[in-house]
Amino acid sequence: MDIRKPIPTNGGDWNTKFGETWKAQTAKLRDKFAGAIEEIRMPVEYPTDVPVIYVKKDQIIDVLGFLKSEAGFEYNFLSDITATDEEADPRFEVVYNLLSHTLKCRIRLKVRVKDGEEVPTACALWTAANWQERETFDMFGIKFKGHPDLRRILMDERWVGHPLRKDYPLRGYQVFTEPMAAKPELLD
Amino acid sequence: MADPTGTNYSLPSGIDIHHGAHHDPDDLWEDSRVIVNVGPTHPAMHGALRMVARLNGETIENSYCEFGYTHRAKEKLGENRSYHNYIVYTDRLNYCSALANNVAYAMAVEKLMGIEVPERAVWIRMACAEIARVIDHLICVGINAVDIGAFSFFLYGFHQREEAYTLIEKLCGARLTTSYTRIGGLMADAPEGWEKELKAWVNKTRKTLDEMDRLLTGNKIWHQRTVGVGTFNKEQCLRYSYTGPNARAAGIDIDLRRDQPYMYYKNVEFDVPIAQNGDVFDRYAVRMEEIRQSLNILAQIADKMKKGPIWTEDKRVRIPDKEVVHNTMEGLIHHFKFFMTGFEVPEGEAYSAIEATNGELGFYIVSKGGPRAHRMRIRGPSVYHYAGLTEMTNGEKIADMVAALGSINIIAGELDR
Repeated sequence: MDIRKPIPTNGGDWNTKFGETWKAQTAKLRDKFAGAIEEIRMPVEYPTDVPVIYVKKDQIIDVLGFLKSEAGFEYNFLSDITATDEEADPRFEVVYNLLSHTLKCRIRLKVRVKDGEEVPTACALWTAANWQERETFDMFGIKFKGHPDLRRILMDERWVGHPLRKDYPLRGYQVFTEPMAAKPELLD
Repeated sequence: MADPTGTNYSLPSGIDIHHGAHHDPDDLWEDSRVIVNVGPTHPAMHGALRMVARLNGETIENSYCEFGYTHRAKEKLGENRSYHNYIVYTDRLNYCSALANNVAYAMAVEKLMGIEVPERAVWIRMACAEIARVIDHLICVGINAVDIGAFSFFLYGFHQREEAYTLIEKLCGARLTTSYTRIGGLMADAPEGWEKELKAWVNKTRKTLDEMDRLLTGNKIWHQRTVGVGTFNKEQCLRYSYTGPNARAAGIDIDLRRDQPYMYYKNVEFDVPIAQNGDVFDRYAVRMEEIRQSLNILAQIADKMKKGPIWTEDKRVRIPDKEVVHNTMEGLIHHFKFFMTGFEVPEGEAYSAIEATNGELGFYIVSKGGPRAHRMRIRGPSVYHYAGLTEMTNGEKIADMVAALGSINIIAGELDR
C-alpha cells in the first residue's frame, strides 16, 4: 500500500478538521469492541478520505448501533449501504457510509463476506437500510439475515445472476416480454 | 353473462375480489377494497415508477412501490469506462439538474486524485450548481401544482427555466445534457459578459418568484390540498435517511453547503430555510425559499467571479490545448492517449457528497489504479425519498398520494441509475 499525503478536498482537508475526533473515536472503539474489529485504516496511512473500520460480520449491528447512539460518536445518519467485489477471498466487502448530523463528520464501516455468506440486516437501526440491502442483494447476491423482504429491486425478478459482480459480462442482456402482474400478497 | 337486473351478478372465474387470504364476514368494507396499479407509465407518476395500492374507498390502506424501469446500469458502466468518458453518464442521473451531477462527479474524482481546481472554475461550478437548484425546484413546485390542478403556476416557472437553459447553453452549448465539467477544470470558459446576463436573469427570476408566490402560496384551495397532507415527521425522515429540502421541511437542520462547506460556500452568505410539519405545503414553502436563497448566492457569485484560468495545471488530467495537439507530435500523442486510454487514478477510495437539488448526492469511488474505477457507487437522494412514500401515504387518499409524490420530487433517472 503506498503511503501518500492526505487527500485534500475542495472544501478543505477533512483529516485536519476531524483527525483528532477520529483518533479518539477509533481508540474507544478498539477498547469497546476488541474482538469484533479486524482492522482500522486511518487516512494519511492509507489512501482513504475517512477512517475505514473493518468489522466481523456477526458484530456489525452492535457496532453500528453503538456508533449511532453513543455520545461522542452520534453517527445517526445512514448515508449509504453498498458493496464491492474484491475478486479475492473473502470475495465481497459490504460498505456502510455514515454521517454524524451533530459532529458533521463521516466514517466508513466494512464487512468482509464470502460468497454465499449472510450479513445481519441493519433494518432495525435505519428503515432506509431495507432498500439499500435489497439493492446490494440484487447487484451482488449478498444475502442479509433477518431482512423482511429480500427481493430484487432494480432488476426484473426473473433476472439470472447479479450484474455488479465482476464476472458478470458488461452486455449480459436478458429480455423479458411478458409483463409482471401486481402482487397483492405484498399488501397484507 | 351478467344478469341485467344486477341482482345475481357473478364475477368471471379467476377474479378474486377478496384477494386471496382472509375473508372476514364482519368487515363491512371488505368488498369495497380494490387494488389499484398506478404506473409504470401514468401521467401522475414522475417517470417510470409503479405503485400498487390497496384502496378502501379512496383511502390507501397499504401499498408497495417498484422502480428500475429506466435502469441503465450506470454503476456497471462506471467500472468499464474511463473517468473522462463517464462524465456524460452523470448528466442522465438527475436530468432536471444535470449541471449539479457533473459538478459532484468531477469533485469526487478530484478528491480521489488530490487535485485543486483554479478559482474561476470553482466559482463557475458553484454558479452551475445553484442554477441547477433553481431550475430543479422550479420544475418541482410547478409540476406538483400541475398534479394538484394549478396549471398556470407551472408556466410562470417554466418560462424562467427556459431562460436559464439559454444561460446554460451559452456556457456549454447544450441545454439539457450539459457534460460541462471536466476532471480538473471545465469544458469551456464562461463567455464575455455572462455574469451580467446571470444577474439580469436572477433579478427577473426574483420578480417571477414573487408573482408565483402571490398566485399560489396564500391560495385557499392550495392550502386545503397540501397542508397536513403527506406528512413525514423528523423521526421518520431520519429513519429513511431523508436529505435536502424534504428533510428540512420536517425540521432537520442539515445542509451540506453549510455543514461540510465545499467549493466556496463559506465565502457567500445564505440562509438554510427550515419548516416544522413535513407536509406537502412545507416542502413547497422550503423549496420556494431555497430558490430565493440560491438567487442571492448567484448574485454574489456574479460579483465575485474574476478572470483567470479554468484548468488545473496538473498534467495528468488536463486535456492538452488544441494549439499543442495540432502542432507537435508529443501533444498529439498525449491527446490520443488521453482520450483512448484515459488517465491513471492512484489507488484509494473516497466518498464525496454535495448538496444537490434534492439532497445528498454522493459518489463513492474505489480505485485500484488504472484508468477505470474498481467501484463507482452513486448515492442519489431520490432512492431514499421514494422508499418513504409507502409510509408517507398509508391512510391518505389516493389523490393525495399524487400530491405527496410530486412534493418529494422523485427523478427517475437518479432513482434507477
